[in-house]
Amino acid sequence: MSRVLVGVKRVIDYAVKIRVKPDQSGVVTDGVKHSMNPFCEIAVEEAVKLKEKKFIKEVVAVSCGPSQVTETIRTALAMGCDRGIHVEVSGKDYEAMGPLQISKIFAALAKKEEASLVILGKQAIDDDCNQTGQMTAALLDWPQGTFASEVTIDGETVKVVREIDGGLETIKISMPAVLTADLRLNTPRYATLPNIMKAKKKKIANMKPADLGVDMVSRVEVLRVDEPPTRLAGVKVETVDDLVAKLKANGTI
Amino acid sequence: FHLRMMEATVFLDTFNACRHFLVSFTRSVPRLNPVSELYGQLFRLHGLVFPLTSELPEMHQMMRQTCRDYADRELGPIAGKLDKEHLFPAQQVRELGAMGVMAVEVPEALGGAGMDYLAYSLAVEEISRGCGSTGCVVSVNNSLYIGPILKFGTQKQKEQWITPFTTGEKVGCFALSEPGNGSDAGAASTLARQEGEEWVLNGTKAWITNSWDASATVIFATTDKSLKHKGISAFLVPMPHPGLSLGKKEDKLGIRATSTANLILEDCRIPLGNMLGSRGSGFKIAMQTLDSGRIGIASQALGIAQAALDCAADYAHKRTAFGAPIGKLQAVQFKLADMAVAVESARLLTWKAAMLKDAKKPFTKEAAMAKLAASEAATFCGHQSIQVLGGMGYVTDMPAERHYRDARITEIYEGTSEIQRLVIAGQLLKEYAS
Repeated sequence: MSRVLVGVKRVIDYAVKIRVKPDQSGVVTDGVKHSMNPFCEIAVEEAVKLKEKKFIKEVVAVSCGPSQVTETIRTALAMGCDRGIHVEVSGKDYEAMGPLQISKIFAALAKKEEASLVILGKQAIDDDCNQTGQMTAALLDWPQGTFASEVTIDGETVKVVREIDGGLETIKISMPAVLTADLRLNTPRYATLPNIMKAKKKKIANMKPADLGVDMVSRVEVLRVDEPPTRLAGVKVETVDDLVAKLKANGTI
Repeated sequence: FHLRMMEATVFLDTFNACRHFLVSFTRSVPRLNPVSELYGQLFRLHGLVFPLTSELPEMHQMMRQTCRDYADRELGPIAGKLDKEHLFPAQQVRELGAMGVMAVEVPEALGGAGMDYLAYSLAVEEISRGCGSTGCVVSVNNSLYIGPILKFGTQKQKEQWITPFTTGEKVGCFALSEPGNGSDAGAASTLARQEGEEWVLNGTKAWITNSWDASATVIFATTDKSLKHKGISAFLVPMPHPGLSLGKKEDKLGIRATSTANLILEDCRIPLGNMLGSRGSGFKIAMQTLDSGRIGIASQALGIAQAALDCAADYAHKRTAFGAPIGKLQAVQFKLADMAVAVESARLLTWKAAMLKDAKKPFTKEAAMAKLAASEAATFCGHQSIQVLGGMGYVTDMPAERHYRDARITEIYEGTSEIQRLVIAGQLLKEYAS
């Protein structure tokens, strides 16, 4: 009866040049190409792989947001997930949505769907928060295996090799658990044409955060968004001594 | 949303009109299964309904995106190397096979993706945008090799000659042209005579794409010389095979990652069961195969044209001259506009031809128009792209010169631009005949 919940986030495509809105309230998203967060792709791939190895029976792809996120869920279905859940959040709630609200939604869904694993990307490339996985585990009081570069299921426990600053750390945690995928966990597959066709028939359930008893009120208010400062021209120096002198002069060392 | 509603309204209007017609028709003439008739009618409507919307159906969009992602990430970075070193992209072909791209129209039961020709056209365009040569391999395998077997083969022939060629492990080729005749396909001098339980083939085929990498070929030979073009038959020959040898690889201007060579048949013996279709139907098989193949090549040309346009437009943003990016200069703007119009109009012609084919309506004229428009758009865009890049367009550091070289063949193979014009005029005059 093993079921895995995978979170997929619709973000601005990694190749797009980001522009700040004139009113500095955020970045321009209208008409801009969006795609699945690359770390979420890795999470989906890992879940589908676990299903192919017969460690788990069902993979459920979950996304929170307006109607456009169903495209992202369909991509996850085309990669091999069995069904999807679209948690509808739009307007001001969507703009203010952050890891706290998402983790509450995932915690509620994990209990509702009786999931054995929740697999998320380690962070999203738009906000770079790196919090949702950890918060979800805390709310559920489940163990967490974050920054996973290798996942092995052994009965009721999971061995996770984590990428940390000092190198690699191997931990063993019991299921149910939350895992977050890091870059080297796997190489996501391309959706095959037959799977794209099959994805059309797979079900995507709709629900609202209120159905899960989650309040979407944000405790964070974005005050201003700025472009990073433009890169200034450098100065060429002739010798290493000149370099050290210059660095000392402008207070860098 | 508005456009979707418009589509729904028109769809419903036409659907209701058809249903009315069908209901009254079924009352007057007893039919075996009116329900399947209705579904058949709905399916035929698909080709008419969607052009009214501003976007492709969702499944086609997803499929286009996955092919585009693959082309950007896996083909784009190596296309220059494949071209320079004349390398057949064997691994990429296997990966595309795993995605279902090597057999888009083949039913799932035979190992294919089970999608329609519009999906195939989109796939070839996106793949060709990454690498023109790889797009050519995909197109030849799908349209020229699998196409005729799917249409004219027996169930046993389909299982034997199509299924192993859906995975990308094996590719096929199509051998019609000879040293003595290209456009003049009816003058085939390759002969096939029956000897007991075998056909014996003798002759030479020229300009065969995929030849050195193929595991089988659909080949045309004369079985009855007195019947002229009605005496040509089609055969399936495995490769390698005794009596079939390959000429030297041609050193081509473009699509250099594909192999092109002569096929030399010297008393090449094949079982009687290797004839494709009926005796004497070879010319018909060839012509119908090329009709569909034209949509594939049009798609390949579109991909190359789009890549050339992308290159030029990107350069126009970055390169500065006279104090501003050259994209600010009208001379450059006019070129980019002309390129964009050429590509988009050819694309719509190609999509229309594909949709007509999917709706099982006649598409010969539209396919010829698509191939003509797309190949001329490709050579135009290739030429202008180099012009926009100036000196940088002439060197291999930028892909513009490769697009220029890759584009050129699209006006020649699978029916020269001149032949396309004859086909279009022929169809057109038929429409106006009193």
